[in-house]
Amino acid sequence: MLQLEQVSKNFGGLPALSEVSFRVPQGQIVALIGPNGAGKTTLINCITGVLPTTSGRINFRGQPIEALQTHQIARFGISRTFQNLKLFPRLTVLDNVLTGLTCEGGDSMLMAMLRFPSLRHRERQLKLRALEALDRFGLANKANWPAAVLAYGDRKRVELARATVGRPDLVLLDEPVAGLNAEETAEVAEQLKRLRSAGHTLLLVEHDMDLVMTVADRVVVLDSGRCIAVGSPDEVRCNPLVLRAYLGQMEATT
Amino acid sequence: MNSKEKFAYFLTLHRTGLTVLALSLAVLLFPLVESNPYTLGLTNLIAINTIVVLGLNLFIGYAGQISLGHAAFFGLGAYGSAIGSTTLGLPPWPTMLLVAVLVALVALLVGIPALRLSGHYLAMATLGLNFVLHTILLQWDEVTGGPSGFSGIPSLALGRFEFADEFRLHYLLWGFALLVLLLCLNLVRSGVGRGLAALAGDEIAAAALGVDTKTAKVKAFVLSAVLASLAGSLFAHCYAFVSPDSFNIFVSADLVIMVVIGGMGSVWGSLFGAALITVLPEWLDMFETYKDFVHGGILVLVLIFLPQGLVTGLIETVRIRLALRRSKDAAA
Repeated sequence: MLQLEQVSKNFGGLPALSEVSFRVPQGQIVALIGPNGAGKTTLINCITGVLPTTSGRINFRGQPIEALQTHQIARFGISRTFQNLKLFPRLTVLDNVLTGLTCEGGDSMLMAMLRFPSLRHRERQLKLRALEALDRFGLANKANWPAAVLAYGDRKRVELARATVGRPDLVLLDEPVAGLNAEETAEVAEQLKRLRSAGHTLLLVEHDMDLVMTVADRVVVLDSGRCIAVGSPDEVRCNPLVLRAYLGQMEATT
Repeated sequence: MNSKEKFAYFLTLHRTGLTVLALSLAVLLFPLVESNPYTLGLTNLIAINTIVVLGLNLFIGYAGQISLGHAAFFGLGAYGSAIGSTTLGLPPWPTMLLVAVLVALVALLVGIPALRLSGHYLAMATLGLNFVLHTILLQWDEVTGGPSGFSGIPSLALGRFEFADEFRLHYLLWGFALLVLLLCLNLVRSGVGRGLAALAGDEIAAAALGVDTKTAKVKAFVLSAVLASLAGSLFAHCYAFVSPDSFNIFVSADLVIMVVIGGMGSVWGSLFGAALITVLPEWLDMFETYKDFVHGGILVLVLIFLPQGLVTGLIETVRIRLALRRSKDAAA
């Protein structure tokens, strides 16, 4: 589904990503792990067009997307969540999720202003879908709350609902369980599995090794901008390079 | 559902339409209660300002950009209609439409390069636009009438029915204001409107959701310019006279103040802000010499205690209180 070939990104002269290549097959959860500063978020930003790549190719469903702009990539069927939550605090929870259906809401300002019955009908359907998405994440009863008053865990769920409501082919999740407690993390793990069974493909950036080992089908390990290992969770766990670069370091610190 | 619940559901479902209907009724009946031409003149000015502020609020409050030069588009509309219908002798209604199209083109030409800027730089660019237009209006005597202004603009008419007095103008201007209000309410409740709100919240997040941020900003800018032009045309025909000082940077600043005080990102706030800032100087006449101090003081107090503006601030406070109370109830 998503294929990266020799993707590099330099900031000035400083290489943040060096020739990273891997694949995200359809219907799988691929986890992207690595120590802080390994380039995980930079990679997500390159895939979504927020940052232009320096070189390399990114193909999505066989089409090159590295030269496209962020909104074009979103319309191609790639959605994402953010490490530092980017909800719109002034909008209600429901409206926040509805922004995830922007691509389907129609582009014409004139049609929006005239609001013909056909548009009204479509709006009702979109609203229904947004409510269903909220229901999947247990938030339907808070649909009309301003997003600003939600607790942190709920905000993360709203972001997940927003990223998945449009049924994107690929969802990029930047640290979905950072800052959550064990119970909430287990809940997110269940939701991720459910998203996979619903046909979503997920690329997951995560520090929480337990979550990665439970849900991921494949693991990609980045270290200092290089891809040092790709494989199943068990393979990666035993890879000496990975142990030295990442897991070992964690064990040493904990 | 019993009938009481059904009624409540009906009210919630159609709350926007019903509020507009109620407002329309109030506007319809107002001149029957208050027939003083001075008061009607003031409320007519509110209607004109409301049209500009509704557009500007889409650009500032929804799309999250800034313009300190919207009086330029207001002025272009006014002078365009004045020159078209007086000097060139064109019929007023088509002139108004033509001027709006021309202003849209100007806004597009200015907007495409200017909207690559943001924040203070965009503020400066739009301010510059206002300076340029004001200077042209002052200096190009033979076309604009220069500092002494442009007079003899014909009133608008439907057949032989001329909108020549305050009473008739009330219905014309508020008709337009309510129509624009309704169109803006429709816009903000649509996918396009949510896209704009997302843009104001966070540009990268908006783009990641599929909002073409560059185009959305330009569209909002052009739409706000067209509404300002429409208001300008109405202004010119309503007063039969225009002068450059009605479109200088202080007017632009006043328009921004109307948006901010009413409530950024609130259609109803635009109406309220336009009304308050238009009538406030009149109410403050009793303070005589000190009226500017009081005027400034009121604005500062609003911005300290309700920085999101009066309408948005109050609505948000109420909503947050309600949500917190419900979550407490649920916990209990």
